[in-house]
Amino acid sequence: MLEQLSDIRERAMAALAAVDSLTALDAWRTEYLGKKSFVTAALKSIGQLPPEDRPVVGKAAHELRLALEAALEEARQRVLALEQERAAQAERVDVTLPGRPATLGRLHPITQILYEIYSIFAEMGFQVYDAPEVETDELNFQLLNLPPDHPARDMWSTFYTTRDGILLRTHTSPGQIRAMRQFCPEPIRVILPGRVYRYEAVTARSESMFHQVEGLAVGPRITMADLKGVLTDFARRLYGEHRQVRFRCSYFPFTEPSMEVDVSCALCDGAGCRVCKHTGWVEIAGAGMVHPQVLRNGGYDPEQFTGFAFGMGPDRIAMLRYGIDDIRYFYSDDLRFLAQF
Amino acid sequence: MRVPLSWLKEYVDITLPVEELAERLTLAGLEVAAIERIGAEWDRDKIFVGEILEVKPHPNADRLVLAVVNYGRGAPMTVVTGAPNIRVGEKGHKVAFATVGARLIDGYSEEKRYMTLKPSKIRGIPSEGMVCSEKELGISDDHEGIILLEDDAPVGVPLADYLGDVVLDIDLTPNLARCLSIIGVAREVAALTGQRARVPDPVAVAEGAPIDGQIEILIEDPDLCNRYSAMLVRDVKIGPSPKWMQRRLTLAGMRPINNIVDVTNYIMLEWGQPLHAFDYDLLRPRRAGGPPAIIVRRAKPGERMTTLDGVDRDLTPEMLLITDGGGPVAIAGVMGGLESEVTEQTRNVLIESANFHAINNRRTSQALKLVSEASIRFSRGIPASRTVPAATRAAELMRTLAGGVVAQGVADNCPVPQEQKTVRLRPEQVGRVLGIDMTADEVKATLERLEFECAPAPDGLDVKVPLHRLDVEIEADLLEEIARMVGYDRIPTTRLRDELPPQRNNPPLELARRVRSALVGCGLYEALTYSFVGAEDQDRLLPPASRADLSVRAVEPGPHLRDMLPCILAADACIRLANPMTPERTTMRTTLLASLLAVTAANLRFTERVNLFEVARVYLPVDDKGLPNEVTHLGIVMTGPRTERSWLTPEPEHQDFFDLKGVVEALMAALGIGDWHVEAAAHPTFHPGRCAHLLVGDKRVGIFGELNPTVRVAWELPEQRVCLLEMDLDAVLGHVSAAVKFQPVSRYPAVVQDMAIVVDETIPAAEVERVIRETGGRLLRNVVLFDVYQGPSIPAGKRSLAYSLTYQSDEKTLTDAEAAKVHNKIVQRLAAVLGAQLRGPSGR
Ligand SMILES: [Zn+2]
Repeated sequence: MLEQLSDIRERAMAALAAVDSLTALDAWRTEYLGKKSFVTAALKSIGQLPPEDRPVVGKAAHELRLALEAALEEARQRVLALEQERAAQAERVDVTLPGRPATLGRLHPITQILYEIYSIFAEMGFQVYDAPEVETDELNFQLLNLPPDHPARDMWSTFYTTRDGILLRTHTSPGQIRAMRQFCPEPIRVILPGRVYRYEAVTARSESMFHQVEGLAVGPRITMADLKGVLTDFARRLYGEHRQVRFRCSYFPFTEPSMEVDVSCALCDGAGCRVCKHTGWVEIAGAGMVHPQVLRNGGYDPEQFTGFAFGMGPDRIAMLRYGIDDIRYFYSDDLRFLAQF
Repeated sequence: MRVPLSWLKEYVDITLPVEELAERLTLAGLEVAAIERIGAEWDRDKIFVGEILEVKPHPNADRLVLAVVNYGRGAPMTVVTGAPNIRVGEKGHKVAFATVGARLIDGYSEEKRYMTLKPSKIRGIPSEGMVCSEKELGISDDHEGIILLEDDAPVGVPLADYLGDVVLDIDLTPNLARCLSIIGVAREVAALTGQRARVPDPVAVAEGAPIDGQIEILIEDPDLCNRYSAMLVRDVKIGPSPKWMQRRLTLAGMRPINNIVDVTNYIMLEWGQPLHAFDYDLLRPRRAGGPPAIIVRRAKPGERMTTLDGVDRDLTPEMLLITDGGGPVAIAGVMGGLESEVTEQTRNVLIESANFHAINNRRTSQALKLVSEASIRFSRGIPASRTVPAATRAAELMRTLAGGVVAQGVADNCPVPQEQKTVRLRPEQVGRVLGIDMTADEVKATLERLEFECAPAPDGLDVKVPLHRLDVEIEADLLEEIARMVGYDRIPTTRLRDELPPQRNNPPLELARRVRSALVGCGLYEALTYSFVGAEDQDRLLPPASRADLSVRAVEPGPHLRDMLPCILAADACIRLANPMTPERTTMRTTLLASLLAVTAANLRFTERVNLFEVARVYLPVDDKGLPNEVTHLGIVMTGPRTERSWLTPEPEHQDFFDLKGVVEALMAALGIGDWHVEAAAHPTFHPGRCAHLLVGDKRVGIFGELNPTVRVAWELPEQRVCLLEMDLDAVLGHVSAAVKFQPVSRYPAVVQDMAIVVDETIPAAEVERVIRETGGRLLRNVVLFDVYQGPSIPAGKRSLAYSLTYQSDEKTLTDAEAAKVHNKIVQRLAAVLGAQLRGPSGR
């Protein structure tokens, strides 16, 4: 009998080691610990043994039962872990399959540049001021020292409307007069962004509609040195802190002195390349001290106030930054273009 | 302005390397766009000035000759050439001679192709070098004949030393008219390099009879002609001008013609004063027996003349003419007439050196579409003091180069002499405007570099403006000159020290920013489309049958347009371009929808999913003459599959009305607009059953829905649903809440109960929800409509709506019974108000 019990133990333990599923574990339990199992039978049959054998066999059978039960519990933990692992394995995916498409929109690159410009100037106290795009000849030209037939009008090819004296603004500068007339006699620090229009054939380099950002500061103590400071700070913020900034004399009828502002070409670091037309410099803005007559036209006494103004093109800034070689992309709104920014 | 350095050097010393000079000029406002180096590519030890010792016939070819050339290095060489401008028997020509190994441009190639000269044999005769054409040296495209140099050209000198030059191509802004001349540029170079330009006072050797009595000059319109000066040169021999002059004209961009015309052009380029040469003998007197006459007057109505270019032109009374006793001989300062032109037969030349009104000249040249080198200069202004020096220099050149005899004196009619201006300058203004400190002495010294003369004045300096500076009139002009001379780079760079102006909020800008950010979050791309559309584009938003309906298409400007959404205004009532560039862009738009449909159509050619929005202005005319009202609108277009096609969604469903409605809901939430709702709408641009007005408060601010299939076809869009929205952003400005009002989050569990009801299908879902919310009160926290059903198990004309209702209290844990009490109240109320029947707790 004791031998039998010992055999059973060996067999049961060997069988249990091979169990690898809950179903098999259940079958094992029925076989070795169930009502019809040898151990149960052995325990039941103790009474029929000779009395002297009973304690020994009884104890052995009982111990076997406890041992099998303990082993069963241990195996259950093992098999459970195995089953979980198996279930997880069944959910394995090919991680290289494409993900579920998430739709993310984008701002137009020009808007992104505009927002960047706003935030740089906001830190210097310049706020956005809006002005109309359909303008009078008076504000677009005459009050900016461009009377009819002034030769400098050639600098702006103009879309006229069928309405007398009304045109599409060729630059954001008429907003200077509007801002001055609104805020006079307060000091002013504004930027005037928006669409401008030129009577020009649409090519890779020129558009009949594009954007400008005008800046205007008027106050009792504003100098050309301040203008240089503001534009240098701006250029380094937008183009990179190591860029060189250069100021060249130029001409706009509504500023004096007038200047063009260049920044050292980021592509070639000033050595000369196609983008900078081999000069090492890229033109980024026109600027100058507000002409005394323009201050007067805005309501300010040029003996009491000075001011500066500047203008720049976000389209061009975007072209430089992203290496876009054709301005027509901006207003064709091709999704293959828009999706890149 | 193209400035050959060799020419410039006559008037000022060039003390800087060319690149540095170009940089200084550029920084001073004379933008050097290009530096052209003539002869930089000519090998100094292979291309020389040569002399033809002998021209012999080629034994085997009639059209070729053999030229024996001495080039100053060793024995003369013999070369074969077909140049038509040297002939057998001639000798002594000075030529550009290239030896073997020289790098030249292939004269027979269409494009600019370099080649290296090799020893060759032409028709049996070895050729040891080449006499070069202009094309082979890269001077011009001329390959007709070889270059013939001046007779005194030094044999054996590298050609680069003799003929080489540098041309500065300078872009001039309109204020720099004074630099449309070599002397003007020389003055700038002098001022920038601390010199004084050598500007001569021209003198002519005049040995002819005095001009008095030989010409009569009358100025009838002195408002358009300040001054008319003339000189007479008799007995000229017309012929080519000398090679040095031809070369300079060519380098400066003009074509040599003959010695007389070339002299006038040469003086124009040198002094900036355009001249005109008349054939004196063709000028007619005013009266029989009188001298030839020049009468300067406005054209008479209907007057015509034929200009030098052979075109017969209509003249108007705004145009100033030069006439003689018989009629017009020139359009003043624009172009001469054909009849009095200098020709081969001309013997006697009258030189016109005059001053015309700049604006009038500009108008005339624009009206006639005739822009000439003369009109470019006249239209920007020329000092009247220059007529006599320029004429004198021209007369002297005609004497020396064309063998003429100069009549003594100048016939000078000067009704309006040029006055010298004086401008007061207060030195402290330099600091005030430029931000640099300069003493009065420094200011004076700086201005004197530019030939200004400064005298002390009570509060500063009286600055006498040189006669050649028409652009300086006020103190600010002088400040600019000072800044230019100091150099913008030497003006300090400072931070604004002025008081910061009041800072104000900009609600429209902030609104646009929030709209953009919300819509990008909804997966839409931002578009920027043209502000102008074609004349028919907006009408194409309507089916043809609706275009007469004045409730959807306006034909008059006015404030009522603001209330039309979309605002489809007849093109001739819109702001229209007088000079459109293309027919697709003629009309300022009054709705964004046409532009958005156009870009949608373009995109649908390569993709089937287009989700775009634009925030931009529309231009609503309020009357028929003034500025329009510019209103900021939002436009949205959504079409195509809801998501990109993928292995997970092989056939995604297409977007429809409710995708757009979801975006509207998200947008309203993002803007913090609570008080909004939609109403079913009918508009012929949209699908008859799928269109809604968007209302904020009780004001209509937008319209959205699916595009009417008829309109879709008209726009050539593929057969798929297209959802559109247009909204007046300015109209919602007052409703956007900047501040969010925080609602505490309940710490107690919520009870969720579902409810399905059956109502008449005509009852809008919004009405059902309104009743539910109204009845549910404070405990009802959320209402979600999760099923809408019509079908066999529902009576006809009814529909089932299933809601999930969330009840929650802020004070305690709600029991099911407490929730059920509210729930039942809602059911009863729905039954009472809307006739709704309960359809079981949930499901169908
Ligand atoms: Zn570069």
